[in-house]
This record gives sequence, structure tokens and C-alpha cells, in this order.
Amino acid sequence: MSPLPLGQQLLDTCAALLLLLSFAMLSQRRVVALVNLYALQGAVLAAATLLLAWRTGEDHLYVSAALTLVLKVALLPWLLHRLIRRLQVYRDTEPLLNVSGTMLVGLVIVVFAFSLAQPITRLASTATRSAIGIALAVVLLAFLMMITRRKAMSQVVGFLSMENGVLFGAMSASYGMPMVVELGIALDVLVAVLVLGVFFFQIRERFDSLDLHHLESLKEHE
Amino acid sequence: MELLLLLILPVGGAAWLGIAGAQRRAPEVNAAFSLGTFLAACALAVRVIRHGDLLLGEEQFFIDPFNVFLVTLTAFVGMTTALFSRPYMRTELDHGRLTPGRLRLYHSMYQLFMFTMLLALTTNNMGLMWVAMEGATLSTVLLVTLYRTPASLEAGWKYFILCGVGIAQALFGTILLYVAAEKVLGSQGVTALLWTHLDAVKSQLEPTVLALAFVFLLVGYGTKVGLVPLHSWLPDAHAEGPTPISAVLSGLLLNVALYAVVRSKVLVEGSVHSQLPSRLLMGFGLVSVVVASLLLWRQRDIKRLFAYSSIEHMGIATFAFGMGGPIANFAALLHMTVHSLTKSSIFFTAGHAAQKTGTQAMDRIRGLITLSPTVGWGLMLGSLAILGVPPFGVFTSEFLILTTAMRTQPWATPILLAALAVAFAAIFSKVQPMVFGETTGRRLPHAPALLPVFAHLAIVLLLGLYIPPYLADWYRAAAHLIGG
Repeated sequence: MSPLPLGQQLLDTCAALLLLLSFAMLSQRRVVALVNLYALQGAVLAAATLLLAWRTGEDHLYVSAALTLVLKVALLPWLLHRLIRRLQVYRDTEPLLNVSGTMLVGLVIVVFAFSLAQPITRLASTATRSAIGIALAVVLLAFLMMITRRKAMSQVVGFLSMENGVLFGAMSASYGMPMVVELGIALDVLVAVLVLGVFFFQIRERFDSLDLHHLESLKEHE
Repeated sequence: MELLLLLILPVGGAAWLGIAGAQRRAPEVNAAFSLGTFLAACALAVRVIRHGDLLLGEEQFFIDPFNVFLVTLTAFVGMTTALFSRPYMRTELDHGRLTPGRLRLYHSMYQLFMFTMLLALTTNNMGLMWVAMEGATLSTVLLVTLYRTPASLEAGWKYFILCGVGIAQALFGTILLYVAAEKVLGSQGVTALLWTHLDAVKSQLEPTVLALAFVFLLVGYGTKVGLVPLHSWLPDAHAEGPTPISAVLSGLLLNVALYAVVRSKVLVEGSVHSQLPSRLLMGFGLVSVVVASLLLWRQRDIKRLFAYSSIEHMGIATFAFGMGGPIANFAALLHMTVHSLTKSSIFFTAGHAAQKTGTQAMDRIRGLITLSPTVGWGLMLGSLAILGVPPFGVFTSEFLILTTAMRTQPWATPILLAALAVAFAAIFSKVQPMVFGETTGRRLPHAPALLPVFAHLAIVLLLGLYIPPYLADWYRAAAHLIGG
């Protein structure tokens, strides 16, 4: 078996790093560290996009990498850090499921994601198709994080990380989406974070806390 | 040209009202922009009827009978809701539930919301459609939390997170669609997300990937349609947001999301050659109808009651699209139209009833008919219409759906009939004492705008008695496009 070309190996490393970072986020309780992990995930995603752009010579991937770098490594983490400072939320409370339990569920999810990705992997013609399973796993792990966390801030980071996974999936399955769509997605994500910022202040003003257990009164009453 | 106007007017309106919207005339400006949008939609509809399908803006926009009918409906209800919100929001301001600043946010976001829906309807690009649907969520989150009460913040948060997660699934589905399309349409990637191109080659797309894509798209957009079990954001957002927003969420956004599902279904069905998409739609639709009609009994809040009724009716339409065939599709399109008109008019009257009595709790709203005959009769007639009482259009569409179900899916007919009966009993037993009985209300500082209510109900009545031939042709053409 001949060794894989260097670019391919680097790309696989990036994919593995993304998955590792997803698990790190799943276990991280401190909100500041969570945002840093998110920024790191963005950086790895940008690096992977850049590598792919260099390997395939697709110009729009350079733009996409630059977009990821600006938005997910610089702008969004900066906005989130600012929010954390102004709202004084540094720690999440005990998650609904303890860390080792969450990790075990996460492992099952990864296996599930790989089996789900089988038919897509077979169809895709890209050199990176083996990473599709990882992308799906990142999406589902982010989903798990949103379910198990109580603080609004952690749920938002989960939401953003899910979007990272989806974009990585698009990249590894088909070398990215058309430019206009990628721009639209980036715009939506940015607006989402801005809207959330406003929203957090509203919650804060009302409850003096960002703990979501305040937001559990709207149930079906008998 | 018409299309440009249709999309630019709401954006311009949003900008104008956002920058200069704090003045006294903002509600009128809002209504004027909506009127302009409606006129542009009418012009576009006329053009499509005369000249057939349109492909505009380097193929990025595609107008056919299916979406032009929804565009017109969206612009029309958008306009009447703006008319309704004029005195309604002024009264809220006088009651001290709002500040002028928030009213400015409301008007600006209202126009932006109209824009995202019209973009989602007219675009030919499945990716852009996703972007617009996400935009529709984002522009309404702050509208749901407009009153800043704890309950409304909770509703807004739930709405954001559930629809955000849902829409991420839809993005994944879109990507899968793109992967499959790229194989056939070439990897330059420019045309591989355009619906018209996908439609042309749908029989060559890889079936397993498309089936998987459809599941993701259905779950994603289905969250916004409010299909059970993805519906839990819907009643909260409807009950806690301002009434005009409940009216457009229920009457328009759900339709637009269902449109996205149906567009995806057309593609997937052409590829997989199995019953999977139909079965999924029928299953989700039927579960929604049954669960929603049972939950109707437990409601105490008037807006929650009608929010659950929306889930039920979206379930009926989804079920009909799942059955497929010209008659069921025709009926489903008709059902979307009459539901949208009736439900928004019900929310208008429910909003006024809540303002007059100062509560949304149904057991404290009594005697609307003595308080204000128009509000009382509006609510009564609207409820009868939504329950499918004969002369109204909902009867026609439900009748068509039920008769088709008897022929093609006989097992589902008793379930549907039972659910409709349960819903009838639940809603009628709750609305009847609210309309008749001892009065509890007060006078409003601004005369309510009830013209939209009766205009909507008159159209629904008309559609029940007689569908004009050109309209019937139009529905038939759209139903044919959906095929199945």
C-alpha cells in the first residue's frame, strides 16, 4: 500500500482534529474556554479549506477559507467574549448528564454517523470523501451538546459548532457550496449571533441570569 | 421588473422604517409599503398567467403557477395584516405594553420578514431558499419577544433554538442534494442547486442519497411547518408574540415552509421511484392532525388554541400532498389558501377580543357579541369557517381531501374524520361561550380595523361557493407541476 500524499494526510489530520475538538467542547464546562475551542475549531476548518483549495486549485475555496478565518476565528469569538464579559457568565452549571456519560453517548453517536455516511461516501467523487462521516459526527455531537447544556451561552456555541460541521460536510463531499450560498450562510450566522446578543440582554434584564431553567414555565397546563 | 419591485419594496420599507420609523405615521407607512408589495405581486401574477413560467436574474429566480399563487397570497395577507396592525399596535402602545422604540423595531422587522418569505418563494436556488428561510426565523425572533415578558422571552428562545437546529438539518439535506446533483450536472457548481436544472435531471440523481437528503429536508423545514413531533415552538411563539405576528406566522410562514417541503418532494420523488416521500408526508401529516386535535381540548389561551388548530390544518395539507395526484394536490393548495385567510382573520378578532377583555385566557373572555357585534361575529364565523362548515372554502378542500383519501388511502379516512370531529367539538365548545354570554370588556382607544377580517372571510366563503375558472385553472396548473 503506497503512502497517501502529504496533502491528503494533512487533510485527514484536520478532520481528526475537528472531531477531537468536538469532544473537547462536549466536556468543557467553562464558557470562556468553550468559545476558545470554538475559535480553534474555526481555525482548523479554515486550514482544511485552504489545504483543499491548494490541492484542487478551486479558487472559490480560497474565498471560503478567508471568510471562515475572518468570521469564525476573529469576529464571532470576539463578539461572544464581549458578551461573556458584559453579562458576567463564566461557568455553566452541572450539565444534565455527567461528563463521562456524555462522552459515552458521544462515542455511540460517532459510530452511528459513520454508518449513516456510508451511501454518501460511496457516491462522492472527492478526495476527501472519507471525512464525511466526521462531518456528520461533528454535527450530531454539537446537537448532543445543545441538549445537555443548561446555559444559553453554551447552547449557542453548540449551535455554531453544528454549523461548522455542516460546512465541513459540504466541503468534503463536494468542495464547498456555490459562492452565493456560502455568503448567504455566513450572513445568516453573523445575524444570528447579533440577534442573540440582543436577546441575551433581554433575558438578562428580565431574570438577572442566563440560566435556562427560568425559561421552563411554558408547558402544557392541565 | 415586477419581481424587482416585489423584493425591493419590503427591503426599502425595512430600511425606511428602521431609520425613520419612530414617527407617528409609521403604521401607515408600513401599510403603504405592504400595499405596494401586493400590487407588484399582482402584476407578477398577471404576467405569469399571460406568458407562462418566468426565469429571471441569470436563472436565480423562477416563477411558475405554484409559487406565484403563494406570492400573491403572501403579499395579500401581508397587506391586510399591516392594515390590522395599525390600530392594534397603537392600542398596545396606549396600554403601555410597548415603547415607541420597540414599535420601530416591529415595523422594520415586519417588512424584513415579508422580504425573506418572498425571497424563499421566488428563488430558484435551493441554497438561497435555505438562506431565506433562516432569515425568516431570525427576523421574527425579536418580534416574538417584543413584549419582553418572561413568557415571551422563553417562547422566543425556544423558537430560535428549535428552528435553528431544524434549519441546520435542512442545510445538511441541501448539501446532500448538491452532492447528488453535482454528479449529473458537472462540478462547476453553478447550476447544481437550481431547482429547474435539478428538475430536468431528477430521474438520474442517485436514489439513496436523495432519500437521505429528503429526510433531512423534511425534518428541517417540517420543524417550521410545525409538524408533530417538531411543533413545540409553534404554540408558544403564537401565543406570546403580538397578534399581527401570530397572524403572519400562522397564515404565511407555515405555508412557505410547506412550499419548501413540496419543492423538495418533487425532486426526490422523481429520483427514488418509491413510496418513501409520500409515506413520510402522509405519516407526519396524519400524526400532526391527530395529536393537534387532541391537544386542542387542553388549551386555555385563545391564541394557543388557534395555534394548535394551525398545526392540525398544516397536517391536513401535508397529508394531501403526501397522497399526491391532481385532485389531492389541488385540494392541498386550496386548503393552504383558505387556511391562511381564515386563520389570519381569526387571529385578528382574537387579538381584539384579548385587548377588549385584557386577557388571553378563554374562561375570562365572555360575551363578545354584546361588547362588539363585529368582533363577536367575526370570531364565530371565522371559527365555523376553520372547522369546515359547508358554505366556506375549508369545507370544499377538506371534502376533496377526504374523498381522495377514501379512494386511494381508505385506512386513513376514519382517522382523519375522527380527528376533524374532535377538533370541531373542542373549538366550538370553547368559542361559543366566548362569543355569547355575559360581557366583561372595555372600550378601546383606537377603533379596531375589522375590514381585513370580513374581507378574508368573504373570500373564503366565495371560494367555498364558487371558484372562478381562471383561479381553478391556476390551481390545476400548480397541482400538475407538483405531480405525484
